[in-house]
Amino acid sequence: MVLGEWRAQPGRTLAAILAIAVGVGLGLAIHLVNRSALDEFAGAIRSVSGAADLQVQAASPLGFDEGLYPVLARLDGVATVSPVVELRARTASGEPLTLLGLDPLRAAAVTPNLLGGGAVSGDGGVTTAEAVFDLDAITLSPAALQQSGLRVGDQVRLSAAGQSASFRIVGVLEGVSGDRALGVIDIASAQWRFAQLGRLHRLDLRLNPGVDRTAVERAVQAALPAEAALVTPQSEMRRTESLSRAYRVNLQMLALVALLTGGFLVYSAQSLSVTRRRPQFALLRVLGLPARAMLGQVLIEGVVLGLAGAALGVALGVGLAELALSLLGGDLGGGYFSGGRPPLVFTPVAAAIIFGLGVAIAVLGSLFPALQAERIPAAVALKTGSGESVETAGQPLPWISLGLLAAGGLAALGPPVGGVPLFGYGAIALILAGGVGAMPWLARGLLGPLRRLRAPAPPVALAIARLWGAPRQAAVALCGIVASTSLMVAMAVMVTSFRGSVEDWLIQILPADIYMRLDPGLTLDPEAQARLAAAPEAAAIEFRQSFNLRLRPDRPPVQVSARGQAGAGAGEGLPLVGRQIRTEGLPAWISEPMARLYDLSPGDPLALPIGPGAQAQVTVAGVWRDYSNQFGALILDQAAYTALTGDAGRAEAAITLAPGVEPEEAIEAFRVRLPPSIAPGADFAEPREIRAVALRIFDRSFAVTYALEAIAILVGLAGVATTFSAQTLARRKEFGMLRHVGVRRGQIMQMLATEGALLGAVGALAGLTLGVIMSQVLIHVVNPQSFNWTMETRLPWPLLASLAVALVATSAGAAVLAGRGAVADSAIRAVREDW
Amino acid sequence: MPAGPPPLAPPLKIVDLAKSVPGGRLLFSNLALDMAPGEIVAIMGESGVGKSTLLNLVAGLDRADAGRIEIDGVDLSSLDDDARTGLRRDRIGFVFQAFHILPHLTLAQNVALPLILARRPEAEALSLARTMLDQVGLGGRGQDFPAQVSGGEMQRIALARALVHRPALVLADEPTGNLDPQTADVILALLCDQLRGSGAAAVIVTHSERAAAAADRVLTLTGHGLVAHGR
Repeated sequence: MVLGEWRAQPGRTLAAILAIAVGVGLGLAIHLVNRSALDEFAGAIRSVSGAADLQVQAASPLGFDEGLYPVLARLDGVATVSPVVELRARTASGEPLTLLGLDPLRAAAVTPNLLGGGAVSGDGGVTTAEAVFDLDAITLSPAALQQSGLRVGDQVRLSAAGQSASFRIVGVLEGVSGDRALGVIDIASAQWRFAQLGRLHRLDLRLNPGVDRTAVERAVQAALPAEAALVTPQSEMRRTESLSRAYRVNLQMLALVALLTGGFLVYSAQSLSVTRRRPQFALLRVLGLPARAMLGQVLIEGVVLGLAGAALGVALGVGLAELALSLLGGDLGGGYFSGGRPPLVFTPVAAAIIFGLGVAIAVLGSLFPALQAERIPAAVALKTGSGESVETAGQPLPWISLGLLAAGGLAALGPPVGGVPLFGYGAIALILAGGVGAMPWLARGLLGPLRRLRAPAPPVALAIARLWGAPRQAAVALCGIVASTSLMVAMAVMVTSFRGSVEDWLIQILPADIYMRLDPGLTLDPEAQARLAAAPEAAAIEFRQSFNLRLRPDRPPVQVSARGQAGAGAGEGLPLVGRQIRTEGLPAWISEPMARLYDLSPGDPLALPIGPGAQAQVTVAGVWRDYSNQFGALILDQAAYTALTGDAGRAEAAITLAPGVEPEEAIEAFRVRLPPSIAPGADFAEPREIRAVALRIFDRSFAVTYALEAIAILVGLAGVATTFSAQTLARRKEFGMLRHVGVRRGQIMQMLATEGALLGAVGALAGLTLGVIMSQVLIHVVNPQSFNWTMETRLPWPLLASLAVALVATSAGAAVLAGRGAVADSAIRAVREDW
Repeated sequence: MPAGPPPLAPPLKIVDLAKSVPGGRLLFSNLALDMAPGEIVAIMGESGVGKSTLLNLVAGLDRADAGRIEIDGVDLSSLDDDARTGLRRDRIGFVFQAFHILPHLTLAQNVALPLILARRPEAEALSLARTMLDQVGLGGRGQDFPAQVSGGEMQRIALARALVHRPALVLADEPTGNLDPQTADVILALLCDQLRGSGAAAVIVTHSERAAAAADRVLTLTGHGLVAHGR
């Protein structure tokens, strides 16, 4: 019977299967891409951590005192400690590189893969053993060699921490995976040539076998100064995951939305199918089949639909994941992971879970129609002419829907769970369910005023009467499209609000005429700064410097920056959120994400692991809006920054030009004033260029979001088309009767077009309203809880208007197309029972 | 001698009608019928002989191979599809075996449908519909929906809809086919009463001898046309 029904309605069945397949496919693809990227990342972490059981990392690039090394080496349970200097460097051709300084004897026991594999004699003419003790030797990872175009035996000049030095490439780090650009030199060479004497950035610890790891961790922790933190490979992995978790969860939720839309389409298809088969079910009841069997049959249909859709979806998901990894990389355009394409990692358990979810959604979509089938009164349904419609025209009660909407409102007030806005997503699901459930009531409410139209044309009057009198059928047709439209509108409003806020913020944060940035590893010393500031082309220059400071081991570091004109407060010109206070101590202006992540507000004290004793005390003077760093940023004024870090160098400058000076002319003049070793590594840009780049990055990071939205809306529109066609075909007898009593074919088409357009309009209105409500949850709950930033609502009117027009046109078009067959001459015969 | 009122055109006149089904089988030929105003004609015949096809031809929903059909003096063959639709709307009423009441309209709206299609003001149309509902025994139920009425009541609504616009001709296809014998008798009596009250002629296609007995004339459809029943 299941197959027979599907043979009778292949289009609708296929649409339902495809809808589930698309949802499962997207969900699985996003999961596989994320998993592949994280696995690649984990591999990269392992390749640099080697066999280290524990790691001590510097809180900032300033490092920590090397006196910590012997302290930890003497602790009970510690077998070996390998000290590491870690610097951001660049080659003479500008290629970025992570430069590690290692003690070869110690590293051989902990991170042997960082010492290069095999003999490297030949071009270089040395062996590994000789190479590792050579202060001029460097070993590069395959990616670093490829990026720089160098070969073993070549000389490479590196700049880091404001210094530069030349090295001879003596080998390849075969054990470093992927596209990590890494260079390894002797630790003494790193400290000496790059001004890191007495400083270390990392200690890799190996513990004795069978030792109480927790006890050692406690002992290490007790010995650590504030400028160093204990991390484990696990906490490092957690930190990496936390980088992109909110983004990944958001994409997963969007994929689930597509799946949910598929569920509504299954509901729609199954409801129509049950309505059409009322006489068949009634007959089976009369012939002795229990009511439960009807329920079972429709549920089995749901299971089979789900199995077919989910199986297709898994295949689709693997293909999509391959494609996405090739086109967008491991972070799907999110910009969280640098590097190229990680290999696809298939996770059967996750695939099974998403497969099961697809089947469950299809079964859930079939549940209400199944209950409807179970409750068909056999005697009534068997009567001729009662098969087409079971609508009772009483006022549908919206109480359950109102309850769901209210529950959604309450859920939106819930806190994040593990940094993920689960209550926020729950609120969206509840609001969606409530909104879709209220459709019959809403359709009737919206169409009510139309019934009072004076003397509409008969086709219009018939269309209004039908829609008003059969609101549940209207709701069945609309639920898929309302679900997908509202979710798309919610996302579109959120993205537009976000983009608009970012645009405003960029204008506020970039008030100068020209911005200069030096390549990693380069800085301007005070003398070079003074030379630049003395240029007649500059009216004022604000120099800036920043570094990453880790405040908690399991969280990504915050960015600490020096800003502001000399003598002026660093808070001047910042896009402040809320009040700014005067402080007695050192003032610090923190970004909105930092305020939320570390629960800080103006007036709160904050200890930073920098400065004398690595215990600088600052006071939060204000909170500023920042969309450039979701893990937090902190601004100090120039003097405080230099005093706390000992770093008087600056790598960025915001330049206000003297009146009448053209930017191009000024850039040339500034370049001439820069030290010759630095000038090639200096980038100048005007604010409009920076804004364009920033918005391009923004759009790229939302590319997948846009694609998912488009897919959800296409699934919804396909649902409208198939549902309308099914409903129209089921009304052949009605059209036949109307043709008998004097309704022209053209008038029936007009009636169908009106019905379609009105339904589309109701769907659009409901979808837009629900979407705007849900967008507020996204803007005020999901976004702040996921990314820690806030924004003002902006409505994308042109998009919303186009969407409404597209919906009305698609609905009217689908109804008319379906109607063409239904009002053919043969339809007239449909009124005859004895033909 | 002063001229009297012009003679009324026959509500239905069929001359030399012939029709084949697709495939070429001849259903009937030389079929002729001339009905007087207010006359009720019952047409009987075996299944498949072409009774419903004849009704379709009379309603202008199908084309004859040969012959002529006039409704109220208008030759159907001279009309295009729109004009035939208009003629159906204004001059013909229909009663179907399966009622075909629109489930999303109230009883009054269902009855008023032909008037609304003829662009009569809604208030007037609904008022006339309520009067018709009174006449078929459903007074005061105009605001009910079809789901709330029985099969017999459905056919009463169908009768009211067929007569509300004062047609010259009512075409009824097995009007009691879906009803129990008792209800069928009541409906037949009501149909004849209403037809006689309105002056409309009617063609009733039926298998039921009881239904046929209520007609003024009973004919049997054969391959050679309509013959008096029992011959």
